[in-house]
Amino acid sequence: MIKEKLFKYLTLTAALCSVVFLFGIIFSIFKEGYSIFAEVGFFKFIFGRSWHPTHYPPEFGILPLIVSSILVTAGALLVSVPLGVGSAIYISELAHPKGKEILKPIVELLAGVPSVIYGLFGMAFLGPFISRVFGLPVGLNALNASIILGVMVVPIISSISEDALNLVPRQLIEASYALGANKWETIIRVILPAAKSGVISSIVLGFGRAIGETMVVLMVAGGATSIPRSIFRPVRPMTSAIAAEMGETTMGSSHLHALFGIAIVLFVITFISNLITEWVMRNRGKNGA
Amino acid sequence: MVKNELKVEKLNLWFGEKQILKDVTFSIPDKKITAIIGPSGCGKTTLLRCFNRMNDMTDNVKIKGKIILDGCNIYEEKTNLSSLRMKVGMVFQRPNPFPKSIFENVAFGLRVKGFKDKTRLTEIVEKSLKDAWLWNEVKDRLNSSAMELSGGQQQRLCIARALATNPEVILFDEPTSALDPQATAKIEELSVELKNSVTVVQVTHNIGQAARISDYTAFLYLGELVEFGISEKLFTVPQDKRTEEYLGGKFG
Ligand SMILES: Nc1ncnc2c1ncn2[C@@H]1O[C@H](COP(=O)(O)OP(=O)(O)OP(=O)(O)O)[C@@H](O)[C@H]1O
Ligand SMILES: [Mg+2]
Repeated sequence: MIKEKLFKYLTLTAALCSVVFLFGIIFSIFKEGYSIFAEVGFFKFIFGRSWHPTHYPPEFGILPLIVSSILVTAGALLVSVPLGVGSAIYISELAHPKGKEILKPIVELLAGVPSVIYGLFGMAFLGPFISRVFGLPVGLNALNASIILGVMVVPIISSISEDALNLVPRQLIEASYALGANKWETIIRVILPAAKSGVISSIVLGFGRAIGETMVVLMVAGGATSIPRSIFRPVRPMTSAIAAEMGETTMGSSHLHALFGIAIVLFVITFISNLITEWVMRNRGKNGA
Repeated sequence: MVKNELKVEKLNLWFGEKQILKDVTFSIPDKKITAIIGPSGCGKTTLLRCFNRMNDMTDNVKIKGKIILDGCNIYEEKTNLSSLRMKVGMVFQRPNPFPKSIFENVAFGLRVKGFKDKTRLTEIVEKSLKDAWLWNEVKDRLNSSAMELSGGQQQRLCIARALATNPEVILFDEPTSALDPQATAKIEELSVELKNSVTVVQVTHNIGQAARISDYTAFLYLGELVEFGISEKLFTVPQDKRTEEYLGGKFG
């Protein structure tokens, strides 16, 4: 009895730790970051077009960083959604059992590669390649970051979409064939619509992963702080601004608070994307999907 | 002389090493209800799924023999599976509507066929729903999800869906086993009505149901066709001892 109770409380403590960590993190970033909103003004902070935290006087407008994050993340999704959903369809519906056995672990292995290695690849190979192909002085830019992030996100989208595709009831697929549909028509008209919510959540999760990724963008995105006018410009997404500039700040400086302010914005964005995933998953079944 | 719709000739089927159907030979008369009865696991579903070649999708299946429809063996190489399955519709054991609107469920087969004419499509959907006795219950909510219908309504929707491609044959695999008695009675009456326009082949566990609605009955036992004939005869004076025993409830 005592043992059982002890076990219960030990595991409860373990579970509560996550709650404590989460709220600890939220508390500390808000504590350090809220003052910048007061100092600069909410609107000027979010929509200010120049980020020059070390100039005199400093400018704390993070719009270039937000635009960079969105540009790079959107580019990453442009790469990863077709590749991820495509490979999920192939693995779950088209591959022979043998091919599936080989492909599935390979895609999963891709998820296990440390991000710094992706970054190295982007710097050493993709960068020079991009600069040669597009005739740019350097190949470290939004395009490079989009491609590398896109490849990183493929396994997330692929494995979660694949689970969703596998969950589509056999009876629905048979009904489709029995009405004269072929494999392709069945995938397009029955399987994908029925797996819609899972596929959408995989994309939202991939979005969250891409926008939060730091090491890769730090290494390959180029780092310029002006609002990018094209995908060939070097950019500084929010994550790499925080990581790159944290070392230059001094305790209690506005620059430090501004970096925490960026962290708040990032946190809110990922929080909302998590909420969307939850909501999509909870609403599945309403239309049978 | 009755006209035959489907002729089964020496049909043999294996799943892996296991032989499921053994030399099944019989003819299914046109515009009648033919029931396939037999104990659980005897191969009724498997036989039924031979008529629209749904067994082809199972791994390790081997099929020998012929099934003749409209003068052609459907197991020939050149058979177009898509048009075969539009000619031979199927209704499953459990209602399996798509998670789409009622309208889209019925329109599915035609959309797959590339049917574009909107007004004609609407007409066919309406006619199919009427023929499946569902129209009055759904005519005001064709755009709501099929998942909102009751089990019996869903099964009638599946019938409407199969009727929309204007099939010659409809295969029913125990279509009422998941339904309550009232919904069952309705589907039984509907099958009887349907045979005015299509040939009905119906697998059933329920001997009473076979006796009530079928014109012909095939008794399948351990993959063999033991007896086939006019239902009235088969149920009153069975020729084979095994049929007699089965009807008497010896191996249910
Ligand atoms: N995909 C399959 N692979 C291997 N064996 C199968 C497969 N489908 C069915 N079988 C076997 O074939 C035999 C006949 O099955 P079938 O489903 O045709 O029986 P049934 O007469 O319809 O039974 P029930 O009345 O229970 O529905 C069974 O022994 C079953 O185990
Ligand atoms: Mg069966």
